[in-house]
Amino acid sequence: MPAGLLGIEDLTREEVQSILDRARDFQPRGLRKLDLLRGRMVVNLFFEASTRTRTSFEIAAKRLGADTISITAQASSVSKGESLVDTLNTLAAMRPDAIIMRHAASGAPHFLQRHLETPIVNAGDGTHEHPTQALLDARTILDRGKALEGLRVAIIGDIAHSRVARSNVYLLSKFGAQIVLCGPASLLPAELKQIAPGITLTTDMREAICEADVIMMLRVQLERQYESAFPASEYFQFYGLRLEHLELARPNVIVMHPGPINRGREISSEVADSQRSVILSQVENGVAVRMAVLERVLGGVTN
Amino acid sequence: MALLIKNGRVIDPASGHDGIADVWIEGGLIRGVGDDLTPAGVEIFDATGLIVAPGFIDMHVHLREPGFEHAETIETGSRAAAAGGFTSICPMPNTSPVNDNATVTSYIIEKARAHAIVKVWPIGAITKGSAGEELAAIGSMKNAGAVAISDDGRPVMNARVMRRAMEFARSLGIPVIDHCEDLHLSAGGDMHEGLESVRLGLRGIPACSEDVMVARDILLAEVTGARYHVAHISSRHAAEMVAFAKARGLAVSAEATPHHLALADADIQPYDSNFKMKPPLRSRCDVGAVAEGLINGAIDAIATDHAPHAGSEKMQEFEKCPFGIIGLETAIGVVLETMVHSGKIGLMRMVELFTTGPAKILGLDSLENMKRGTLAPGAAADVTIFSTDREWTYDVNKSASKSRNSPFDGRRFKGGPVATVVNGRVVWQVQ
Repeated sequence: MPAGLLGIEDLTREEVQSILDRARDFQPRGLRKLDLLRGRMVVNLFFEASTRTRTSFEIAAKRLGADTISITAQASSVSKGESLVDTLNTLAAMRPDAIIMRHAASGAPHFLQRHLETPIVNAGDGTHEHPTQALLDARTILDRGKALEGLRVAIIGDIAHSRVARSNVYLLSKFGAQIVLCGPASLLPAELKQIAPGITLTTDMREAICEADVIMMLRVQLERQYESAFPASEYFQFYGLRLEHLELARPNVIVMHPGPINRGREISSEVADSQRSVILSQVENGVAVRMAVLERVLGGVTN
Repeated sequence: MALLIKNGRVIDPASGHDGIADVWIEGGLIRGVGDDLTPAGVEIFDATGLIVAPGFIDMHVHLREPGFEHAETIETGSRAAAAGGFTSICPMPNTSPVNDNATVTSYIIEKARAHAIVKVWPIGAITKGSAGEELAAIGSMKNAGAVAISDDGRPVMNARVMRRAMEFARSLGIPVIDHCEDLHLSAGGDMHEGLESVRLGLRGIPACSEDVMVARDILLAEVTGARYHVAHISSRHAAEMVAFAKARGLAVSAEATPHHLALADADIQPYDSNFKMKPPLRSRCDVGAVAEGLINGAIDAIATDHAPHAGSEKMQEFEKCPFGIIGLETAIGVVLETMVHSGKIGLMRMVELFTTGPAKILGLDSLENMKRGTLAPGAAADVTIFSTDREWTYDVNKSASKSRNSPFDGRRFKGGPVATVVNGRVVWQVQ
């Protein structure tokens, strides 16, 4: 199978570490364009609306000197009823060096990778994984001088439907972090405890935040649910992060969010704009981490 | 035409016979089973080293005709059945149009008479269009040849409608088969709800969506006195409830599929839709409970739920793919592997699950003539000849079915079908 990047679950700790280390080299100190991937062609194929991830991948590829093409589902033949396999086969026949793909169906890139030579980088599949998000989150935590081992991380929100949560759980667990998953009971299946070592579950947000080094808030994705699994009007009251919560955490706690944030739904404006928030560092690291991923997927082979 | 199947190990659960014998067939009927039969002018089939059993009955298949002939036809489905050792198959009514009236029932029977190489016993719908509201023309379908009623795949959610159906079916003497799934609990689900669904980020179909319907139906069966049959049972609690119902003396029965014996949710090749069916592959604990049900008698029959889908339908995002896999050709191999070679049941019990089990549920064992599921003299000359040790590999691309959606492609089996005899004629023989 071609060496794309489908998920964090399949990577070893060493592989994750090497991506994180390499990402440091790409953090925007000098910010000059490199030519590590000159002559390589990367296709950005987004079947689901996304501004930040798509832009971030595109900038990462361009900074490495690769050529990029971005296709969104609305503008492609998908809207004319073409099947996913046919779309991908058509693209692959044009011989890109990698396909970066976002899709609303869990496992869509995994299914395609079985039928395709071109390596696929998963930019988020349904409610499954979002590997580069977890990598950029880890890079951001490390940049704050925190070690992942023994780190207490609270992940709060709609865990059941979050690809960000899954990828972060797999990554943090590989490094021995203590992970507390927290959300309304209907969005917190008991089986989550077994998907990786070091996980505890709670429906009590205060308990989750207590002594936390890192608080990761998730976007509440009402569009992913068949029906309201929780009274929407009560969400902020029970699971919205407010300034008073931060006092329960460790003094130098950081607050993360994969964006886009819903102010007043899962996070208050005061917290989002506070000193503790590292949301913009996450965005910045997105480019560096994706450069490291693209180099890993595309590098080493010359035409 | 006369045929003598010589020197096989004849296993006939209806009579309890298990031993080397010859089976003499003439005029489409069983003439007799005995030692060293030497009738004159018969064709000889040497069954030395093989098992000779009454023709296997698969009481749960989808033949897709009329309406979905791109995926399967009555003819191709019957060929797959013969290649799997089945002599009788019962197609579910979810065709287009739905088999909810005597015209469609007769169409299927006529089509089968002309093109099928095994016997086809249609199952009619419970409600019109299987929409779950108004009862279908159950009486006239029965008169046209339907052997049971079911809204397979689209279970009757309204308990009052189900009760009425059971009352009416009881008066007609035909069983009600339910695909037990509470559609509200399972809504949007793609696979069994558990650790694997959470890990793969796929929406779950909880075991309780099956259990609550089995519980409801058993209570209704008690109220109505109907003969009630649970299709493709897959959960521990459902199996336990069927055992409970039997202990209470209710006319309740159940079938299990080979794939629910062989595979658990943890065996799913991630996002491969050849592992996607309803009910879904459940936990190891449920797999064990289904096997246990076959051992202790809670479950009466094995049925494949053969569900062909065209390749393009299964080559999609997992959540978009239709549910179902083909299973006729692999059934004997899978059941030998999971139940017999593993020592869980003996060959007699295995044959029973494929013959007298389903025959009794459908009343095929008490037809006035041409009884099925037995080798008794005068019964229809339907015979399944299989091996318990021949090694072979399933190649789905060589399937007689029109479809290719099997999780068992490439699987190596020890033992499988060798020849299939329908009405005294060898309709299929292994190459």
